[in-house]
Amino acid sequence: MKPKLIAIAALALTASAHAQQGPIKVGLMLPYTGTFAALGVAIENGFRLYVQEQGGKLAGREIQYFKVDDESDPSKATDNTNKLIRRDQVDVLVGTVHSGVALAMTRVAKENNTLLLIPNAGAVDITGPMCGPNIFRTSFSNWQPGYAMGVVAAKKHKNAMTITWNYAAGAESVRGFTEGFTKGGGTVTRNLNLPFPNVEFQALLTEIAAQKPEAVYTFFAGGGAVKFVKDYEAAGLKKTIPLYGAGFLTDGTLEAQGAAAQGLETTLHYADSLDLPKNNAFRKNYAIAYKLNPDVYAVQGYDTAQLLAVGLAAAKGDLGKRDAMVKAMEKATIDSPRGKFTLSAAHNPVQDMYLREVKGANNEMKSVAVKALADPATGCKM
Amino acid sequence: MPLEVFLVQCLNAVQYGLLLFLLASGLTLIFGIMGVINLAHGSFYMLGAYMAFVLAPHFGQNFLVMLLAGVLIAAAFGFVLEWAFFSYLYQREHLQQVLMTWALILVFEELRSLSVGNDVHGVKVPDWLAGSVPLGTLMTYPVYRLFASAACIAVAIGLYVVVNRTRLGMMIRAGASNRDMARGLGVDIRRLYRIVFAGGVALAALAGMIAAPLSSVYPNMGSGVLIICFVVVVIGGIGSITGALLASLLVGFVDTFGKVLPVFSQYAGVGVYLLMAVILILRPEGLLARRGT
Amino acid sequence: MANAKTAWLVPVAGAVALGLLPLVVTTYGQDLVMRIMVFAVFALSLELLVGTTGLVSLGHAAFFGIGAYITVLLSPASEAGSVWLLLPLAMLAAAAYALVVGALSLRTKGIYFIMVTLAFGQMAYFVFHDTPVGRGTDGIFLNLRPVLELGSAALDLGDRMHRYYLTLAALAATYALLALVLRSRFGRALAGIKVNEQRMRAAGFPTYPYKLAAFVLAGALAGLAGFLLAAKDAAANPELLSWHESGVVLLMIILGGLGHLRGAVIGAAAFTLLRELYGTYSIVGPLADHWQLTLGFTVIAFVALLPQGLIGLPARLRTARG
Repeated sequence: MKPKLIAIAALALTASAHAQQGPIKVGLMLPYTGTFAALGVAIENGFRLYVQEQGGKLAGREIQYFKVDDESDPSKATDNTNKLIRRDQVDVLVGTVHSGVALAMTRVAKENNTLLLIPNAGAVDITGPMCGPNIFRTSFSNWQPGYAMGVVAAKKHKNAMTITWNYAAGAESVRGFTEGFTKGGGTVTRNLNLPFPNVEFQALLTEIAAQKPEAVYTFFAGGGAVKFVKDYEAAGLKKTIPLYGAGFLTDGTLEAQGAAAQGLETTLHYADSLDLPKNNAFRKNYAIAYKLNPDVYAVQGYDTAQLLAVGLAAAKGDLGKRDAMVKAMEKATIDSPRGKFTLSAAHNPVQDMYLREVKGANNEMKSVAVKALADPATGCKM
Repeated sequence: MPLEVFLVQCLNAVQYGLLLFLLASGLTLIFGIMGVINLAHGSFYMLGAYMAFVLAPHFGQNFLVMLLAGVLIAAAFGFVLEWAFFSYLYQREHLQQVLMTWALILVFEELRSLSVGNDVHGVKVPDWLAGSVPLGTLMTYPVYRLFASAACIAVAIGLYVVVNRTRLGMMIRAGASNRDMARGLGVDIRRLYRIVFAGGVALAALAGMIAAPLSSVYPNMGSGVLIICFVVVVIGGIGSITGALLASLLVGFVDTFGKVLPVFSQYAGVGVYLLMAVILILRPEGLLARRGT
Repeated sequence: MANAKTAWLVPVAGAVALGLLPLVVTTYGQDLVMRIMVFAVFALSLELLVGTTGLVSLGHAAFFGIGAYITVLLSPASEAGSVWLLLPLAMLAAAAYALVVGALSLRTKGIYFIMVTLAFGQMAYFVFHDTPVGRGTDGIFLNLRPVLELGSAALDLGDRMHRYYLTLAALAATYALLALVLRSRFGRALAGIKVNEQRMRAAGFPTYPYKLAAFVLAGALAGLAGFLLAAKDAAANPELLSWHESGVVLLMIILGGLGHLRGAVIGAAAFTLLRELYGTYSIVGPLADHWQLTLGFTVIAFVALLPQGLIGLPARLRTARG
């Protein structure tokens, strides 16, 4: 019996020693290959930039990074998360882009009581039924941009159709739009879907042309977003039926979309042209550090580091003081390049949703679509 | 569905089918003539698309010249790849080819990532092909899509002529029917295979180049088309170019109308596979299978 | 060279080694080995089809995914389900779909058979991905892992060690079952079908029922692997039925070596470990960013140098030395 007790005591001592000194282990689980690779890199870049700006230390402790490529594959997600939690024994888990992977990460983080900071995945459930004291998100919920767009569109249109891929993120975004749109007196006449990741839109564009709604709301991202915007314009619909979308439709895709995207209105919690001191400084520093222009994903990565810094400062660098960290993070006001935002009770950002318009190579802010918008967090019991 | 809409949907189906055909024709050649299962075919498509992205600024309005340059580069690449790599696969079992070419996909993806990065890119349509024509009062149709369809038809005709009316085509057909006999009759099978493979790669790359302005250029773009490509080849009958054309059009119609039919649209993803299963169960060797391979 | 009498020594030694492994590896290592064991069962099930009977299926992941989904869908929400109920149901559901797919697909041959199995695999994928059957494209989670009640004692799969040993037992049972099947008349008939089906038919063998039986058995065992994965991860998602997954398990048995049961197990282990190795920064440093390149080249090298798969390695080394 005795040797076992000694062993446990020794383990506890080393654990508490590590909690207070030495480097803080941050585990980055992001897509480094595949369709979302550019997003994964942007998020990491943003995170590292903030740490670099603080002199490479948060709360006086160095940051040690561990990386795992999640390949945006939900079936490997549990094992990959365990790589960071069990194999690398990270103190904080950061990730990811794909919602299916993030849901699995949330699961595992809750089982192990690991602090999880989500820099993108917008699955509503994460700050809904799956919310928890150790789960934080610094990006958005899929519902938020959709709702904001619905509010805006309802001011000018009485009916609309939606079109997206048949998957959870698309469905959640459309649900948000529908809620905002109907609240403003509009009606969504039809929801068009195509299987993910099919990008042959012509059939559905013809359907839209035949039905002649007053407006169309869409949720696409990446290569699909580029193709959709171009196809929409080439079908002559851009002139006759205004197209609205969640900001991902035109984020990171403008160079590829070219003239077809000009004038498109989207809603998102960020706009490249936001004339805020924090944003201007951020964009400048990011460009110097990485010779690239930042996008919303880089901002989210940057803010994730900020949130972690808030928690660590409150605990004076002692990872063992989790409650103090969580309390501080919950109450934090993050001075983000997107503007200041706070966190809801479910740990999702309460933030301004901007209405942006594509001008040239940028999404320029036109107005604030909805101020301090919070996700309803249905099903969160905390 | 009003007639006007129906006709436009038919046009959509045909155009998609023709582009599929261009991609599938290369695969059916390599598969049917050489008996090689090449999973990296999607990578050649991606290669073509990225080539278009890289070359377009240099060629400006000379789009056709760029296509020709791309085809030649791809053919040369295919020639070398066959000589250095694929020629070792002929003696191997089909399954080993599967494993090898799968590994090749990984290598190509990483090389692409290292050389051009992971961002999404667009390729501009040249001015003389830009613009749209009205389709009645319904919507407009981009001129470029008409051009793409015309290009696919031109290639189809060209392939038909080469395979059925030239000496090379005769050797290809002979090699497909009976490899050993053809060799016994003096056909240089090794060189023939090299030419066929280069042709297959060139066709896939051409499909990628033509599709690039339409679909944009992004990581993993090959994997989506790869599986549809195999479906088309198998439905049409392996080794049959006419079969590939017929199958492509069928798939085009099923994909297009599947998305807009009232109840079925929720299951639209299943459509093409249901089509393949039904055809193969009724006609176990595809629609226009080559006999005696 | 081991003879028939001692051929069972190696698998038994392997099972014993796996049984003792948890004593020397970390919990992460145990999870990794568990993953390998689950995929070994999955690979063994495909080996029965591909290596033994010569039927290459590219839709095998459908049965794997169905097994996982049944396990999660039929588990109660707020209490642990019973392994006695869930495990057989998972295998039964997978076997049922295998019966349908096999009955229709076995009318085709060669590459066409491969493609038809792919078609049915994709159809199952889309049912779970696009329709309410799968309860969402991001997958579903298990609140409490199932429990195996044995009289007054119970094996709670929520306990990592219990999970590990149940998985090991399942792997051992699958291996033993297939070893017996291969030695049986049924197994030898399958081998005969692989070598020359026409001759078997000429000899009066009804090959179709034999092939169908093999297909259904393979499907059921894949369902078992699916149950084990769901128990391990407490989750199921539609990607488990995708053609990527079907491709991966096929690659595993090719890499390991077709025609031998141990090839399936070795292939599953090698594939998983290689991917793990090439993606681990602490081992390969910055090369981990480019794991696609390193893994791709390694596989190409293996195929080029080891036409028989990894099980041919000892022989190859012997000829290289001798």
